[in-house]
Amino acid sequence: MSRDRFERALFRVLRPITIAVLFLVTAFPFFYMVMLSVRDIQELILDPGSLLPERWTLATYRDVLTRQGFLTFMANSAIVAVASVVVTLLISIPGAYAVARLDFFGRRQVHFLFLAVYLFPAIVLAIPLFVLFTMIGLRGSLPGLILVYIAQTVPVTVYMLRNYFETVPASVEEAAAIDGCGRVETIWRVVLPLSKPSLMATGLYAFMIAWNEFLFALLFLVERRDRWTVSLGLSQLAGSIEIPTTVLMAGSVVLTLPIVVLFFASERLLTEGLTAGAEKG
Amino acid sequence: MRVRTLRQQEARAGLALISPTLIITLVVVVVPLLWAIMLAFQDVRLINIRRAGLFGNYTLENFTYVLAEPGFWGSLVNTLIYTIAGTALSIVIGLVAALALRDRFPGRTIIRASILVPYIAPVVAVAFLWEVMLNPQFGIVNTWLAEPVAFLTQAKGTFLGMEVPVALITVILFEAWRYFPFAFLFILARLQAMPHELEEAATVDGATPTQRFRYVIMPQLWRIVALLSVLRFVFTFTKFDDVYLLTGGGAGTEVVSVRVYNFLTARDDIGASAAQAIVLALVLVVFLIVYLRSFGSADEQR
Repeated sequence: MSRDRFERALFRVLRPITIAVLFLVTAFPFFYMVMLSVRDIQELILDPGSLLPERWTLATYRDVLTRQGFLTFMANSAIVAVASVVVTLLISIPGAYAVARLDFFGRRQVHFLFLAVYLFPAIVLAIPLFVLFTMIGLRGSLPGLILVYIAQTVPVTVYMLRNYFETVPASVEEAAAIDGCGRVETIWRVVLPLSKPSLMATGLYAFMIAWNEFLFALLFLVERRDRWTVSLGLSQLAGSIEIPTTVLMAGSVVLTLPIVVLFFASERLLTEGLTAGAEKG
Repeated sequence: MRVRTLRQQEARAGLALISPTLIITLVVVVVPLLWAIMLAFQDVRLINIRRAGLFGNYTLENFTYVLAEPGFWGSLVNTLIYTIAGTALSIVIGLVAALALRDRFPGRTIIRASILVPYIAPVVAVAFLWEVMLNPQFGIVNTWLAEPVAFLTQAKGTFLGMEVPVALITVILFEAWRYFPFAFLFILARLQAMPHELEEAATVDGATPTQRFRYVIMPQLWRIVALLSVLRFVFTFTKFDDVYLLTGGGAGTEVVSVRVYNFLTARDDIGASAAQAIVLALVLVVFLIVYLRSFGSADEQR
């Protein structure tokens, strides 16, 4: 058999195996997470090797949401994430428009600043912010945390939006200007409606950063249980012996699910939006 | 009244629109960075923080103290091993995944989506999931093994007669598992943008699949692989969450960022904490310069 035929045959076998292994390695842990969250802790201890629960129960979810306080944590996370998204967009839309369209002093240098912030290690930033927030009493407050998330996401979101704004034809904007639109009105009535998919992606990015973040939530909120985010709550309760592992697993489903659902919902919406644009143009 | 030209008007509008972005990054990133450097040269704790002003007593004590501790150098070595192994593994697996998923097949969309989940899922949730799966008492992974292994709490173990750092390897595998989707996404995008003509020509000329990979595909991927290496190296080198959540820095997995956190909170030694963070950042910058130099010149020669 020639080398070519041998290699082709080999890869014909290897490729499906690789795909299967990748699928198993990424999907199985999450399948296991859900399966563990719907059984009683006794079952897990008696038979740790079983995949499917013998008796399904949702008592774990009731326990984690009410007794362990995950409903409060979810409310906190939602406040932090939604506020971060709104303010991030409010700040980065004009910023991105300026970088995309307007010629001002320092326009080129701005990119360096953004890249630096994007690559900048959070652990270095954590020290002065921890000290500062302790001094001015912002520790233990959600607005302080939101402020940090905004600062960390804005450079990236400006960059994402700028790339999209540059694809909006300048002639459309000029037409709006001739029709008597001011700068702000042009952005609001012409550029933004044309940039919906990009706005969605940007908002989703800001939401994910704020919902998933752990280090700053730990540093700022750990002493205030009523202000914990879901991430912080799960990490703090994971160490305790009194709370059954299956209940905590329900907690991690509660933490993971919103992100996964949002991601898949918007991924489809995003590709649809992009392909629709391609057909027209 | 002075009349401004259109150009001046545009410059003013640009600055006005960008200023909220600039102000927030300056206030929350740039100024704190400068302050962190100042803190590293002062003897500060949370209790006496109000006395440490701008013109406080500057000293090199923090650096001499921190660098003299053997624990720091140990954690720096751990950080390096963790970063290099984690970066390399995540990129190699990402490359293999991208090559396997390059051509269409039924169910590709679902598999691709499933591959991305470890990357988008919250780190706290997946770290807890790994902890439970690897638990020596009731973890499902240990029910598959002949003898239970304490993956996350055991510093050293023997494997095939060799002594291996068990917990460190586990943490590295977690890193590879969680971040290979990142490399996968970038490499797949590049692969799909590649023109097919070159490969078809190579096939006609009798190149086998491995030869096509070696001489046609890989040369077009080097750039993205180089970029991914830099990005992953930078992010992993200063990563805190993953190691802290999995092991808390125990069992021979302490990386510098976890040490920085412990000095800041448990020991309440802000100066020493800041000093270690600065050293970490400096080492990172040195690595980046060396890398960009050697890679940049290699790129010119090509």
